[in-house]
This record gives sequence, C-alpha cells and structure tokens, in this order.
Amino acid sequence: MDSGTTTTPGTPQRNRFLANSLLLHLRPARVPLRAIRFTHTFGLGGMAMVLILLLMGSGLLMGFVYDPAPERAYRSILVLQEDVLFGRLIRGIHYWSANLLVIVAGLHLLRVFLTGAFHGPRRSNWLIGLGLLFSILLSAFTGYLLPWDQLSYWAITVSTEMLTYVPIAGENLKYMILGGESVGPSTAVVFYTTHSTVVPIALILLMTWHIWRVRLAGGVVLPPAGDGPADNDEYVPFIPDLLMREVSVALILIAFIVVLAIVFSAPLGEPANPGLSPNPAKAPWYFLGVQELLLHFHPLFAVVVIPVVFIAALVAVPFLRYEHDVAGDWFLTPRGKRLAAVAAIVGLVAAPLLVLVDEYAVGPEGWLPGMPPLISQGAAPTILTFVALAVFYRYLRNRLSASRNETVQALFVLLVTCFLVLTVIGIWFRGEGMALVWPWQI
Amino acid sequence: MADLDPGRRKFLSRLLAGLGVLAALEAAWITVSTLGSRRRATEAEDGGVIEAGPVGRFPPRSVTPFPESEFYLVRLEDGGFLALHRKCTHLGCSVPWRADEERFACPCHASAFDIRGAVLSSPAPRPLDLLAVEVVGGIVHVDTSKRIRRSSFDPAQVVDGGADS
Repeated sequence: MDSGTTTTPGTPQRNRFLANSLLLHLRPARVPLRAIRFTHTFGLGGMAMVLILLLMGSGLLMGFVYDPAPERAYRSILVLQEDVLFGRLIRGIHYWSANLLVIVAGLHLLRVFLTGAFHGPRRSNWLIGLGLLFSILLSAFTGYLLPWDQLSYWAITVSTEMLTYVPIAGENLKYMILGGESVGPSTAVVFYTTHSTVVPIALILLMTWHIWRVRLAGGVVLPPAGDGPADNDEYVPFIPDLLMREVSVALILIAFIVVLAIVFSAPLGEPANPGLSPNPAKAPWYFLGVQELLLHFHPLFAVVVIPVVFIAALVAVPFLRYEHDVAGDWFLTPRGKRLAAVAAIVGLVAAPLLVLVDEYAVGPEGWLPGMPPLISQGAAPTILTFVALAVFYRYLRNRLSASRNETVQALFVLLVTCFLVLTVIGIWFRGEGMALVWPWQI
Repeated sequence: MADLDPGRRKFLSRLLAGLGVLAALEAAWITVSTLGSRRRATEAEDGGVIEAGPVGRFPPRSVTPFPESEFYLVRLEDGGFLALHRKCTHLGCSVPWRADEERFACPCHASAFDIRGAVLSSPAPRPLDLLAVEVVGGIVHVDTSKRIRRSSFDPAQVVDGGADS
C-alpha cells in the first residue's frame, strides 16, 4: 500500500487502511496456510458470528413493531407478518437463524473439543465459549415466549416449572423469573428486556473477547508441524486469503437462511390460552433432553443433579490433568478415533434401550418396592448410571490402556451422544401424554 | 516503580480486587431485589377473596370451574367444599375436569387427580394445591391470593358447607 495516500486524511485509501488496521487488531495479520483449510474448523465459529449478526439485524427491525404486553404481543406479530414490508421474511430469518445458531454453536463446541483446542492458553477461551453458549440458549429461550402463542406460552410454563424442583430456592427462582405464579405481564417484560438488551450486550462483549483470545493463543489450533523447527509453516496474509474465505462462507450461509425463510415461514400457532394446555406440552426443542430425563428420573435428579454434573464436567474439561497437551488433530490419535466411535455406538444403543426398558419393562422402582421415590426413581438409577460410566472409563483405561486424553474424549462423546438421543426422542418420539410414538404419529 | 514497597503494592491491589468483588455483589443484590420486587407488585394486584356463590348452587359431587381465578370449586359427596388450583403440580399445565371419568386429567404428561385433588397417577409429585375456602352466611368465599401446598389429602382440608338447601 502506498504510504503517501494512507496518511492523507479523507482519502478512500486511508479509510480502507484504517478499517484494515482495526480488523487486524482482532485478527492476525498472517495465518498459516494449513489453518485456513475449510475442513479444519468447518468455519463454525464464523458461522455462529454471522448468525448472531443476522439475528441482531432482524431482531432490531422486529423491535420497532413488536409490543411486549401479553394482550397485544400476538396481535403485533400478526401486524408484522401482514402489514409490514418483508415482515414475514424478517421474522423467518430471525427464526431460522436462531434455531441454526443453537445447532452451529453446539457443533462448534464439539469441533473445539474433538480437536483438543482447550489446553494451555486456550483454557480461558473454553470458558468464554461456554458463556457464549449459555447466552445463546438464554436468548433462544427468552425469544421463545415472545410470539405469545400456545406453543410459546406452554413451553415457557413447563420449562420454568422445572425450576420448582430445585431444593430450597426453587419456588423463589421461578417467581423471580416469572414475576408471579404463572407466565404473565411481568414475565413478558423481563423476557423481552433480557432478549433484546441483556443478551445482545453480553454476546457482543463475549464474542469480541472470544475472537481476540483465539488470536492471543496463536490462531486456531493446529497439529504440530512435523519435526522441523517450530515455525516452518507457510504463511499467507489474512487479507485477502482468509478474509475472502470467511466472506464466502458468510454469504453462502446468509443465502441459505434467506431461502429457508422464504420457503418455510416461522410458525405461529393459536394465541396463548392459559386455561387450555396443549397435548403434549413440550419445552423448546433444545431442552427436550432434560424433559426426557424428567420422565425417567425423580425431578430433583433430572432437573438439578444430572444437569449440574454435566455442566460441571463441561467447565472442568480444560482443567483436568492430561498426559498430553498437544492438540490440533481430530480425535487426537487413530486409537482416540476408534474409541470415540465405540463410545458413540454404545450411546446410540444404550440410551434408546434404557428408555424402552424404563417405559415398558419394570424400572428400578419395581426392584425396590416400598422405597421412597427419591431413592427408587432418583438416587438408585442415578448412581447406577454413574457406576456404568465409571466402569466404561476404567475399562478403556486399564484394559485398552488408552491415555487419559483418549478416555476423557470417549466419555465426552458417550455423554453427548446420550444427550442427543434423548433430545431426538423428546422431539420426534413423544406424542400425546408424552407416550412413546413414531414420528409420523405425532 | 521498582522501589515501590511490594507490601504496599500488594495491599493496594488486593484492596482494589476486594472492592471490585464488593461492587459485583452489590450489583447482583440490586438486580435480584429488582427482579424480586415484581413478585410483591403482582401479589398485591391479583387475587383477594372472591364470592363463589351460595352454598345451594353447588350440588354434592360436583366440580365447578372458575376460569377467571384459575380454580375449581369442588363439592364432595358429604357436602364439604374444596377449592383446587387448576395447575398441575408436575409442570404447571392446566388440568381439565373429566366428568365422565371423574378425574382431573393433565394433558401434558398424563398425571391424574381424583375429585379431592389427590394423585391418581404420577408423574405429579403431590395433590393439586388448595385455596382457602370459607362459608359465611351460606355464601362460599374463596381466597385466591394464596395457594396452599399439601403432601396428601387430609379430611381436615375439607370445609363444611353447613346446613344448606
């Protein structure tokens, strides 16, 4: 770039120079050629960011029309869809971006975990990422209520009612979120404010921090480069080599979302009716794994113990003691890959089998007659589950002499597979009265 | 900077960190109490004691819905009254009364309750919540401001209708 023009104020060259410099504070100036291969990261983090920006844009527009009062909210959505230019399309873009964002963020977490990108300087970024995932779920959840149709009303009722099973603080927690006995006007205000102010601010701050920390850790995680000196990588400039790739992924994604929103409008059911619960009443789809747990475990365990252990395990991932902190290869090693596959298969077989056994055969409460449900439906099956996981862990460690990295990875894959299976059952295999049905019978 | 007393530097930076934690706690406290204040506001607003009607209007073994106040007024066979809140104790769905089956059947997760609100089939963990009933001068009054949780049905919960019709 000609230094003469970039220092002259007001010229296009200087403006572009300033914009590039700003960008290059967040992103590296040069990147290793190996790091920009699409299949290395699948661009999931970038996609999540594009979706968040789409959500902010479409959400901002809807905010001009939406009215967060229970008696007018549903009407204002109708007005948005019928009377506002591109209103239905804007809502569709928001709806599909939100649902896709939950999936993309989940896949991004998987990618980061399975390429081992949580050691050393990336530890804190794993935690920031979890904070982002929480914010994304919070915004999806608070947004779920806003259309104020039957689906949103009862999904939020059922989900917030789950909180009452938290010991001691449960009732207060529910009241604090709902602002009353049940979903009502003060719920609408808090959900709207959280959705349109609290979460976006948190997302912007955390996202910036997240991206900057990637740069601080030396860019995206890479496998060690052969035996040569540490830095024998071939480097390419960020602008344009990586930027062009990112922009093309973004454009393809935006086009995909727009087409999706044109073909499938965001659903809008009957207006909310607090007197008439639909059958079945389901939580938002990303919480259906937890709702499925509720059908098999005592509420204290389904809503509190198991999710808390799961979240604690996620937080603990980068702080466990590992034998190796090398990262960058998918599934670490060929053996790691094999064990992960075994874990996934175990999960795919065991989770549906256990659901079927609990549904149609005698569950633990049958083996322990006369025991209080807290033990027979809560502690007993939970302990049994943890023992099974411990046996699985020991078997891999001792019998197959897998490294701790590989074993933790296999355990993680097993848990995630089970959670996904439960979610799928909750979405597609639970019909009237939450009975097990085939998807085409719902 | 090297000659700055390390003890003093440590003290100051700890003080600053402590103040930061204090500020964060304050912010959390204010947020929680702001959110909590909505509860008192809504409690003052809704509910209060409502007049359900004269005792004679409710025949024995009947269930009368009061959709505005979200409860059912139940009159048992012996003439006693119970006011049952309509929210399922499992996950908060509204339970309709099925007169043909003589039970409250939750559409969401298949919990069922008998006419006294006691659990007939799980997953509901406890009977339907009660509202306080009082019969004054042959008129049934129901206090809709407070839900009374109970772990099981107890005949003491039934309010005598007195000599009617």
